[in-house]
Amino acid sequence: MHAYEISAAKSNSNMSIAVPDGQNASWTSDKIVVENLNFWYGNAQALKNVSVRLPARRISAFIGPSGCGKSTFLRILNRMNDLIDGVRLEGRVLIDGTDIYANGMDVVTLRRNVGMIFQKSNPFPKSVYDNVAYGQRLLGQRNKQFLDEVVERSLRRSALWDEVKDRLSESALRLSGGQMQRLCIARALAVEPQVLLMDEPSSALDPIATAKIEELIFELKQEYTIVIVTHNMQQAARVSDYTAFFYLGELIEFDDTRSLFTNPSKKQTEDYITGRFG
Amino acid sequence: MKRIFTSGDIFIWMTGAFLALCILLIVGMLLLISINGFSFFHPTDIHYIKYRNEAGELHSALGQIYSSQEIPLDIKLRHGYDVGTLLQRHLIRVGNREFLGDDFRWINDPEIVVDSLPPTALCIEREEYGHAYGFINEFRGPRQHFDNEVDAWTAFQRWHPIVREQMHERQTLERRDVGKLNYRLERLRLQQLKWEYQKGRGELSEEMFQDRLKALDVERASIFEAVSHYRQQIDSLSAYIAQFEIAVRLVSPQDEMMTLPLSSVVRAYRPNALSWWGKTKVYLSKVWEFVADNPREANAEGGVFPAIFGTALMVLIMTIVAVPFGVLAALYLREYAKQGFFVRLVRIAVNNLAGVPSIVYGMFGLGFFVYLIGGSIDALFFPERLPSPTYGTGGILWASLTLALLTVPVVIVATEEALAAIPRGMREGSLALGATKWETIRRVVIPSATPGIMTGAILAMARGAGEVAPLMITGVVKLATEMPFDGNFPFFHLDRKFMHLGFHIYDVGFQTSNVEANIGMVYTTTLLLICLVLVLNLTAIIFRARLRNRYRLSGF
Repeated sequence: MHAYEISAAKSNSNMSIAVPDGQNASWTSDKIVVENLNFWYGNAQALKNVSVRLPARRISAFIGPSGCGKSTFLRILNRMNDLIDGVRLEGRVLIDGTDIYANGMDVVTLRRNVGMIFQKSNPFPKSVYDNVAYGQRLLGQRNKQFLDEVVERSLRRSALWDEVKDRLSESALRLSGGQMQRLCIARALAVEPQVLLMDEPSSALDPIATAKIEELIFELKQEYTIVIVTHNMQQAARVSDYTAFFYLGELIEFDDTRSLFTNPSKKQTEDYITGRFG
Repeated sequence: MKRIFTSGDIFIWMTGAFLALCILLIVGMLLLISINGFSFFHPTDIHYIKYRNEAGELHSALGQIYSSQEIPLDIKLRHGYDVGTLLQRHLIRVGNREFLGDDFRWINDPEIVVDSLPPTALCIEREEYGHAYGFINEFRGPRQHFDNEVDAWTAFQRWHPIVREQMHERQTLERRDVGKLNYRLERLRLQQLKWEYQKGRGELSEEMFQDRLKALDVERASIFEAVSHYRQQIDSLSAYIAQFEIAVRLVSPQDEMMTLPLSSVVRAYRPNALSWWGKTKVYLSKVWEFVADNPREANAEGGVFPAIFGTALMVLIMTIVAVPFGVLAALYLREYAKQGFFVRLVRIAVNNLAGVPSIVYGMFGLGFFVYLIGGSIDALFFPERLPSPTYGTGGILWASLTLALLTVPVVIVATEEALAAIPRGMREGSLALGATKWETIRRVVIPSATPGIMTGAILAMARGAGEVAPLMITGVVKLATEMPFDGNFPFFHLDRKFMHLGFHIYDVGFQTSNVEANIGMVYTTTLLLICLVLVLNLTAIIFRARLRNRYRLSGF
């Protein structure tokens, strides 16, 4: 486990970091701290001077129109953007006080701590069991009994166990769309991350499957810090504790969800949530 | 008019027509090969024909009708036949090459005086001189002697399998047992040479050399003893076999008698008297001989087993080499190499390599594998065998490697396509779980790409199995006395030359004087080659389908 270095985060708090104004009782502690983040794809700047602090064991939602940089921001948090050629990053991203872009940072360890769920569910062409056990096997875990326990626990936590317990050896590609997405969540949970990043996790699903996923996300915040990118403002309003509004690569506003939706402090935010553009 | 064009009906028709044409051509070719290939083994009736030739002399012929056709116009005119009527002529296989000089004879329909199917007419397939046709007259054995047709035939049917059995036993003794000892003797000789060289270089002292030589001599003596033991057995078998003979009355100007040792008769049957089931049995026994036996008579008769084995083994070695090479190259090209000008250049080069004429690969294989690498191996590891080369000459290993080189581009292209088709999301899913790039490739990318890689392997196998030109200069021979796999340690002898079905077709069909007699053989060998490629491909396709089914039955 990471040492909880809140002091490191605090020491930087004199900088202009977006923090909800009326820090209400639900604010726990800073899990992720981002300072003056600039990000470029080649010559195009995707994020402009973003600073934000995200609380532990809460759900933070990012909203904004397409191309506003919210997905890019999410992928920065587990260094998924490293895979793209010609990207450049300035600023600091701290998770539990550790700069994840510092030299010597082990990306593999980082990604185990910061799991990710993608917009399009992406189960591997393996059995349900092998999908969930994948991460543990990567860690070198060969103990069958241990793996069985992890698989069952993860599938239970992602509310999939009852539906698939009799077909663990079947191909994961034979599940339904909603089941596949919950399987991907179970797969991410199996390596015991602290943070879960979700990139529009229900945009490809029907309303019933979406409801199930949202219910699940709500459950998961007991143990995990969840950051969710969504196109769907109702979803952000329903599930998240805090909401950030991105526009053209800038973080316009970050506040607890109710305040942001009922009483936005910026005009752009109001225009967006009232549907005037976006 | 305009509507016809805009609706596109005419083009749909055209696409359909061209597809139909393609299918027609392929089916036609397969049908031609199949019909000729399958009918080759059928024991057709023996005709006894009396006919008058141009000079008006009465002749007779005994044989099987090989083919029939309309008499060409010039022959009709020369013989004074009516040009307007349809007249046939027949190609009769009369056999008895050593007496009649020629296996085949044309007989025109109007010349025929009598055409009958004598039930006792005998077709004899021999170890030498091709077929013989005649009537059995006499049977001579160690204690029996029959000089009437009925008893002689009964005795022949009884004793022939026994004699053949003894002959096979003798052959086994000669080839396997004595062959094994000869192989050991040869190795001892080479061992001695090696020690002599070592002594010459001062690596081995004189007394040690003498000691080892003594041990060699002891071993050699024991081998010689074993050989003479086998020799005795072989000689007694030969003496026994030689006692059996038959005499056959031929149909020729002088009606000669031909004496045949029983051991030289491969198969004899009376097709005119055979029932449907009897013919089937003859047919099957010929098919079995073709598939499982060695060739006889300069490949024109007998089986093609060494060629089947050589082809299959070569394709196997080629696949084992080409597929891993191609897959690894494609992995680097697609997954690791920085995409840019250089990689594009490499890709273009690979695609072009697939179009280089195969004989060029053959030349390269000869120069690089055989002379350079093989020559170096000989100089380094087998100096005692020089000047006769071991690896420095064509062999199945070099031929397989040459073909592997030829088929690697196919595998690379197919693998690259398979890798490119794997969704980015799947790789990211694995990376997001903390897998390194290599772990992702090994655990997710390669398993998902396997069906595509298999497709490449199938294409490569099909291409490789049909290729002949590069083999002709890297190790294929007309007749290989030793197979690349046998009971002598180390069992696989990849330095040996081998036979190949494709080359066999070329050799039997076009490198012989007796073309007519070999046409059937060419068709059957072609059919077999096609079947072999089909079997190899089907195996790979079934394997691929099972891989796909394992996790890809997604209905969504």
